[in-house]
Amino acid sequence: MKLTHVLALVVLTMGVTACQKYSQTKPAEDATATPVEGATTSGIDQSAVPPSGTSTLTPQQQALAQLQAKNIVYFEYDSSEIPQDYLAVVSANAAYLVKYPTARTRLEGNTDERGSREYNIGLGERRAQVVRRALMAQGVADAQITTVSYGEERPAVEGQDEAAYAKNRRVEFVYAQ
Amino acid sequence: MQISRGTGRPLLAQLLVLVAGLAAVAAPARAQLRLDITEGVNDAVPVAVVPFGGQAEGASTDIASVVAGDLRLSGRFAPLDRQDMVTRPTSGGEIRFEDWRLLKSDYIVVGRVDGGGTAVGFELFNVQTGQQLLAQRVPTAGQSLRAVAHHISDLVFERLTGIRGAFSTRIAYISVEGKPPAQRYRLVVADADGFNPRTVAESNDPLMSPAWSPDGQSLAYVSFETKASAIYVQRLATGERRRVSARAGINGAPEFSPDGTRLAITLSRDGNLDIYVLDLTTQALTRITSDEAIDTEAAWAPDGKTLYFTSDRAGNAQVYRVSLADTSNVQRVTYTNGYNARPRLSPDGAALALVTLDRGYRIALMDLKSRNLRMLTNGRQDESPSFAPNGAVIIYATQDRGPGSLAMVSSDGRYQERLSSDRGHVREPAWSPYPPR
Repeated sequence: MKLTHVLALVVLTMGVTACQKYSQTKPAEDATATPVEGATTSGIDQSAVPPSGTSTLTPQQQALAQLQAKNIVYFEYDSSEIPQDYLAVVSANAAYLVKYPTARTRLEGNTDERGSREYNIGLGERRAQVVRRALMAQGVADAQITTVSYGEERPAVEGQDEAAYAKNRRVEFVYAQ
Repeated sequence: MQISRGTGRPLLAQLLVLVAGLAAVAAPARAQLRLDITEGVNDAVPVAVVPFGGQAEGASTDIASVVAGDLRLSGRFAPLDRQDMVTRPTSGGEIRFEDWRLLKSDYIVVGRVDGGGTAVGFELFNVQTGQQLLAQRVPTAGQSLRAVAHHISDLVFERLTGIRGAFSTRIAYISVEGKPPAQRYRLVVADADGFNPRTVAESNDPLMSPAWSPDGQSLAYVSFETKASAIYVQRLATGERRRVSARAGINGAPEFSPDGTRLAITLSRDGNLDIYVLDLTTQALTRITSDEAIDTEAAWAPDGKTLYFTSDRAGNAQVYRVSLADTSNVQRVTYTNGYNARPRLSPDGAALALVTLDRGYRIALMDLKSRNLRMLTNGRQDESPSFAPNGAVIIYATQDRGPGSLAMVSSDGRYQERLSSDRGHVREPAWSPYPPR
């Protein structure tokens, strides 16, 4: 199954819409995916369109591409409450999933590295479930959502400081193609 | 699918292949762990392990050096430096005890490889009295000389301490290489001193929580290779692998029952983690906890009747216990500190090693009778304690500002050493049971 991991970094650079090749399968937290010069502030940068085959995206693909900047919810330390700042991320994804009932998302819960590993699997799962319930409260069907918790096993970034920890405490929306 | 397994050869044969330096097998040797003693003991017993006869200087396996390394590793012995040895006796008759008294060695080990390499003879003496404490001939019988040396270490250690040596045991651990998000996860089994690392499974998705079967033949572990967690049991000798739990939600924290017939595991329903016991023969699943909190990281008491586990039912992670005979009766075990997790029972069942938060995440030992919690380590991110089968040493994972490494601490906390990899992180160590006598 091919998966679109939508861009993570952009959330951090707030408001800039980076372009990312549409069918990329790897998440782009490699921090080298800097925003492209001249990227539009909304919609899709046309340079991101796949080079061959269809030259335009379907409305659904466009909508999905727009979620690139809104595919991660970050959490406070030891908390599974969705912070106020990220309610819009949940709503944007909920709106997409409601509009496209055949769309499927996998919620990947993650924690920072502190504490024991299997317990952190539990914390990551709790975060994923909180996001799942928030989506369902906004009308998304249960069948559209799966969850997985990676605990601290798949950090977005390495590092032993609060800046790194903050980027690792997260739930990512991953969309199946 | 990125999981690869053993080659189907017997474990020993695979190890021999690796020893011979032919690394082009399906399970190549991993970067070996490097041992550093970080906190020594002043009153370690001085012992001289004289280079064995019948071995050329610089032989690929220097038996005396392996034995000395093992004894040092135990924290209880301080082997004499080889340069300080004035003579190099290889049998009891050649020892001039007054020389070794001057060197302040309490004990001396001498020996030689004989019979064209078919056996290794060794003797152990008390230097003060000249009394012979051990004299044995160990047939090599297809074993590597390292294995023979570890066996000699076991015998010497047991004779001098009364505690069975654990130098012929193994450790399983997870190694991780690469930068996120492109990381490579490996499940590795190595000798207890870090030698002979062998990859038994590898994946681009996380592998975690290795646990030994009590017969030392199999490992249970968690793999995310299908983008969801599942528990596998893999036989080391054949590489044969069985998926024992891939239920919806979480499948985690496997631990074999002391009789090896069951696994304690963690499963989730709608995000709520609870402890279950899975019968490996009948596949019957018994629910043990049913609380809305996170219940996970079950550990068996040696009698197989009680489980200790981590739960945040009181608001933060603490250790609880439950009797399998009456799962309604859950008792809280830890009260000191706001975070106590990942319990493991000492082999005699009298103490609990766990992770506690006290300035940093540290390994502590709780006496189950007195409930006293004693800090064993001083790290900021120490986790995953696992007892040697003799209970004398605990191996754990530690991370400071750098790659994660493994470390060992004696159960009295006085002696520490570190096993680090020169490639990537190593973590989640699990100490094997004893090999069969």
